[in-house]
Amino acid sequence: MTIKIGNRPFFERVDEAIHDSFMVNAVSSAQDGLRDRKLQATVGDHTLGDWEIWRNAGEEIRSHTLNHLDFYLKKLSDQFAARGGHVFFAQTAEEARDYVKRIVKEKKAKNIVKAKSMVTEEIGLNDALKEEGCDVLETDLAEFILQTDRDKPSHIVVPSVHKNREQIRNAFRKLGYTGSDEPKELAGFARKTLRSKFLNADVGITGCNFAVADTGSICLVTNEGNANMVTTFPKTQITVMGMERLVPSWKELDILVTLLCRSSVGQRLTTYVTDITPGDQSETVDSPKDFHLVIVDAGRSKALGTEFQSALHCIRCAACINVCPVYRHIGGHAYGSIYPGPIGAVLSPILGGYKEYGKLPYASSLCAACTEACPVRIPLHELLIKHRQKYVEGGGKPPAGEKIAMKGFGIGASSPFLFKAGMKIAPIILKPLVHDGAITKGPGPMKPWTGGRDLPAPSKENFREWFKNRKKTEGISTHGKGMGESV
Amino acid sequence: MKGTIENRDSFLRNIAKKLHHEPGENVALPEWNNQPQWDVYKGYSRDQLVEVMKKACESVHTRVYETDSEHLADCLEQVIVAYGAGSIVATNDKRFSDFGLESVLKKNQVYTWNISEGHKNIERAAQANIGLSICDIMLAESATAGLFHDKDKARSVSLLPVTSIVIVPESLIVPRITQAMQKVEEKVKAGEAISTYINFISGPSNSADIEMRLVVGVHGPVKVAYIIVRDK
Repeated sequence: MTIKIGNRPFFERVDEAIHDSFMVNAVSSAQDGLRDRKLQATVGDHTLGDWEIWRNAGEEIRSHTLNHLDFYLKKLSDQFAARGGHVFFAQTAEEARDYVKRIVKEKKAKNIVKAKSMVTEEIGLNDALKEEGCDVLETDLAEFILQTDRDKPSHIVVPSVHKNREQIRNAFRKLGYTGSDEPKELAGFARKTLRSKFLNADVGITGCNFAVADTGSICLVTNEGNANMVTTFPKTQITVMGMERLVPSWKELDILVTLLCRSSVGQRLTTYVTDITPGDQSETVDSPKDFHLVIVDAGRSKALGTEFQSALHCIRCAACINVCPVYRHIGGHAYGSIYPGPIGAVLSPILGGYKEYGKLPYASSLCAACTEACPVRIPLHELLIKHRQKYVEGGGKPPAGEKIAMKGFGIGASSPFLFKAGMKIAPIILKPLVHDGAITKGPGPMKPWTGGRDLPAPSKENFREWFKNRKKTEGISTHGKGMGESV
Repeated sequence: MKGTIENRDSFLRNIAKKLHHEPGENVALPEWNNQPQWDVYKGYSRDQLVEVMKKACESVHTRVYETDSEHLADCLEQVIVAYGAGSIVATNDKRFSDFGLESVLKKNQVYTWNISEGHKNIERAAQANIGLSICDIMLAESATAGLFHDKDKARSVSLLPVTSIVIVPESLIVPRITQAMQKVEEKVKAGEAISTYINFISGPSNSADIEMRLVVGVHGPVKVAYIIVRDK
């Protein structure tokens, strides 16, 4: 499973992230900018009418499409193949990788250029192709930066948001860059470096924002022009899509492209909205001759027919990430998944399981800002709660230590003798840790709590004793009347 | 011409099972309850749409020139000079001659896309300062030139040169992407072939990937200009 980033435990990752002041500042500033732009382009754009109606439209379309996913995938593949394209359905990431490797071998391809694609990150395509001896080049500016610096994405739309210009300049120096850290100059270097690569590539690989079932078309929503290069000059095009990323017809594409462009980057339309359909290209000079579509499940179908199905409605706009107070403080890498933020905390446990990602649904204050922001109305905070329920009900298979601790607490809390003894012993055991009535640096399991706030020290007088003493002092009988009854 | 499909049956069976229905069901597209797209700029006159488009151009770093059919050649000449002339490529589009632009193209030694020249076309476009195209639809809301590419109306012309100049027949201006999608839908319903590469381009290529600072001109054109022609 290659949605995974890093091997350290969740709390360690979080601990490191919250102390990375550049990253935290960069992320919060990016969040503010993207959120403001989104608001201006959605609720703030009176020409659109009521934005809530647009959200309803998005929800309606996604819900219908996912409820009949098999029908629309059949139609998409029929149409794609009828026009001369080749479709491969990949149940697993491995099957998807193997198919792409097979095509690359058949074509004797060496030079591969890629447009930004989260699903190819997800299936670990780059490493697989490099093992085959291919030169695989990411061409989206952010992905190019990350690839050059051997880093991983921390945001769905702006993958290099955690890096500053000095870091980027230093990364580019590995490629011979000698210029300043001005963004324009850095971008100019990428343009110059990549131009000849586009023109000489054997295979172009893209993701897919939306496929159109009616005509077997693939829609790419981009800004830099690299996706157009990738789909114009190589002789072979391979598009990899998550199986849920499709619409029935062009009419629905209109709504979803509008929702995506406005919610992700606050543009009315991104600079390029490109719709590619297989067809006879025998006479065309600037077009791939072969078009392959790889449709990937890789765990998505686990959500179908369950309470998590609506997670597959996601159009990857990152609007939920851009309003999340937790993401704001810990950034993307702390999630340990290429899908961060609220949607990542919902999606990662579905794709990667509770063992690896069961803690992620707790990376939320449940403020519901994500649900409010989602253009297709995924009830994200409710799904996070559902994950938590399933996790504690046993779906999470918690570690042995946690299980023993919970079992021990269960025994102690159900025996009056043990409970009373525990209440008496606790203040004595914890005394060495108490300063000014609170524990500020707790060991072991207390550490994550005291890392963020003080833990009040257990009082020498517990509630039962206090209540008993109060009654004595005030001369009130503690027997014969239930709580809440008038005396 | 027929492609291939691999691994489909088991893949779709699994989905149908998860969705608790039989594989192979037939689904009718519903009449959607929410269709806000049709109300955007509803009833706007052509002049109003031109104003909407011109305003949108400000947000996408695109200069707009306006002229009529009679003066288009002069206007194009001026715009070419304004953007530094030099090496120019154009799509092979009959409408250039319909607009009477052959003399301007000849005067500026414009290379017109010619599939018989093969890869040389791409080399010319990659070296060019200016690419000339005529749009197939213009979306006022976002100042987006819709280009329905084919072997002659090549993709490279609006992609590789430093500057992209797009002629916009005023009659092709529509409110938004909704009407462009409708046009494609109509073709599909009529059983006509659609362009294999439909490109909606709104201004020069750009990126905000470095510290969220907008850089205009990344892989595609650095500059874009539209010439609106009052054609009907």
